[in-house]
Amino acid sequence: MAMPEWLRRRRNKHETTEDAAQWTKCPKCGEVLYRKDLAANLSVCPKCHYHFRMHAFDRVSMIIDSDFNEIGNEVVPGDPLKWTDTKSYPDKLAAAREKSQLTEGVVCGFGTIAGHAVALAVMDFNFRGGTMGTVVGERIAMLLEEARKRKVPCIIFTASGGARMEEGMLALMQMAKVTAAVSRFMGDGNFFLTVLTDPTTGGVSASFAFQGDIIIGEARAMIGFAGRRVIEQTIRQKLPDNFQTAEFLLEKGHIDMVVERSHMKETLARLLDYTAKKAPVAV
Amino acid sequence: MNVIVEREKKLLELEKTITDLRSAAATQPSLSTAIEALQDEYKKIQRDVFGSMTPWQKVNMSRHPERPTSSDYIARLETFDQLHGDRHFRDDPAVTGGLAKLGERSVMVIAQQRGRDTKENLKLNFGMVTPEGYRKVKRLIDLASRLGIPVVTFVDTKGADPGIGSEERAQSEAIAQCLYSLTVARVPIVATVVGEGGSGGALALAIADHVMMLEHSTYSVASPEGCAAILWGDAAKAEEAASHLKLTSQDLLGFGIIDEIIPEPLGGAHRDAPALIATTLQKIEEALARLSALSAEDLVEERYRKYRRIGAWQVERQTAVAISG
Ligand SMILES: [Zn+2]
Repeated sequence: MAMPEWLRRRRNKHETTEDAAQWTKCPKCGEVLYRKDLAANLSVCPKCHYHFRMHAFDRVSMIIDSDFNEIGNEVVPGDPLKWTDTKSYPDKLAAAREKSQLTEGVVCGFGTIAGHAVALAVMDFNFRGGTMGTVVGERIAMLLEEARKRKVPCIIFTASGGARMEEGMLALMQMAKVTAAVSRFMGDGNFFLTVLTDPTTGGVSASFAFQGDIIIGEARAMIGFAGRRVIEQTIRQKLPDNFQTAEFLLEKGHIDMVVERSHMKETLARLLDYTAKKAPVAV
Repeated sequence: MNVIVEREKKLLELEKTITDLRSAAATQPSLSTAIEALQDEYKKIQRDVFGSMTPWQKVNMSRHPERPTSSDYIARLETFDQLHGDRHFRDDPAVTGGLAKLGERSVMVIAQQRGRDTKENLKLNFGMVTPEGYRKVKRLIDLASRLGIPVVTFVDTKGADPGIGSEERAQSEAIAQCLYSLTVARVPIVATVVGEGGSGGALALAIADHVMMLEHSTYSVASPEGCAAILWGDAAKAEEAASHLKLTSQDLLGFGIIDEIIPEPLGGAHRDAPALIATTLQKIEEALARLSALSAEDLVEERYRKYRRIGAWQVERQTAVAISG
């Protein structure tokens, strides 16, 4: 097993003194927090339990036992539509790379969770709003195909504003591509689990996010098909605060459970344990 | 305001003048040269207006109030028995489904329904399907797959319904499950975009072995208005968004996202709807005849490969070197 350099750096990062001096503010309650404390608390505000949007690397680090064998990192976007508005698409991508320190909006790979081998994909809202373009679809499809070969469960953490406009219909078609890979994977009797984090909307929500055998909503995550703004504009009224939250979806029967970030890994471990020794069921 | 309807006005006036002159010509033969001149002018304008349309003009053509809707195609099938409802909540009229005969062949028809006028549109929710509609779609796809009946879909929607009720009844899940069923269906699937193919709400009927578009239909990751709102916070920039989105049938054939374009008469599908509908149904039959030769396994495999390929990416030398831990 290999550990990518980023994971090694990430694991040591919060012990360095230069980072310890930095502070940030909780967008929910306004509490001033030391980044080091915040990171140690899994990016959850200790005062109001607001779950900060997590970097994909931090998420992998939080979930996976030790080593992580990343796949698909070499797959990067093209510019099929030659899209240019205020900036060219390649320029937007370069800026997203710089800002997020990611090569695209999803990190995929293999590791273990409490000793259970898993395929893991983690989307990151920092990369162009977690939008799904070709590369997000391609990397997740690669992961599912490999997981199917290895007969290991697959877990996807979603975070997405929907399809990426700058790749047009090629982006929309990733819903079909990933769904095809999901249905093959599940058809062989493999366990597919999705964790919907803040925010999960649009084309990601309307495809693999809601195809999981078990669907978890991270506490207080915003999850829905249409964006809140679109609905408010359509109906010309304000929506209640809890509309489209994970808790709202649980009440409506759309998801299996709402899990606090601090309990995420142990919950996944238990679910993997329940399903681990079952023989594959032909569908 | 529909830009195509505006541009058509001049043509319709000319058409009326020519018709009037023709009836007058019965008693005044000298009018025939004037009629010929007007006809030449008519053809010239028609070529100018419709010969090469911009993406935004095509968006307007796809939304033309007189454009044939799915119900016009269904009306031309040998027989059609509508199957209603999602078995849970209600029957969504924005999507129609049922068993039909196309020529000699039994098919499961699933069609999004756009209204022709305000009254119809209110009833049909402007062609925006709700979760109940998508659950009906999934039910019929699964049924067709189990009984070995090919699926024929007609796509025409601005997008899935974005209302409160649709969110409360899990619009995302309803669409996601349609997509799933389409990828595993063990029967041929032929999809035709007859009007507007809006986003995931259209894709829920359009993962297919053979995807066709009418020449001036559009199929887009988001409506131009939606795209402009998402990227620039201004839905009024829809025309600009349309110019970027590559949503025309010609663009999408180039990307391998659709398989065939059905030519429309000059001036659009509504200029000769009966001929266009006959051609469309014939092309669907041809596709079904070809696909029916494949085994269920091969169909599903070919469909998988087709969608697995779509996209544009490159392979970059890895920047971070993996270190064994
Ligand atoms: Zn707080």
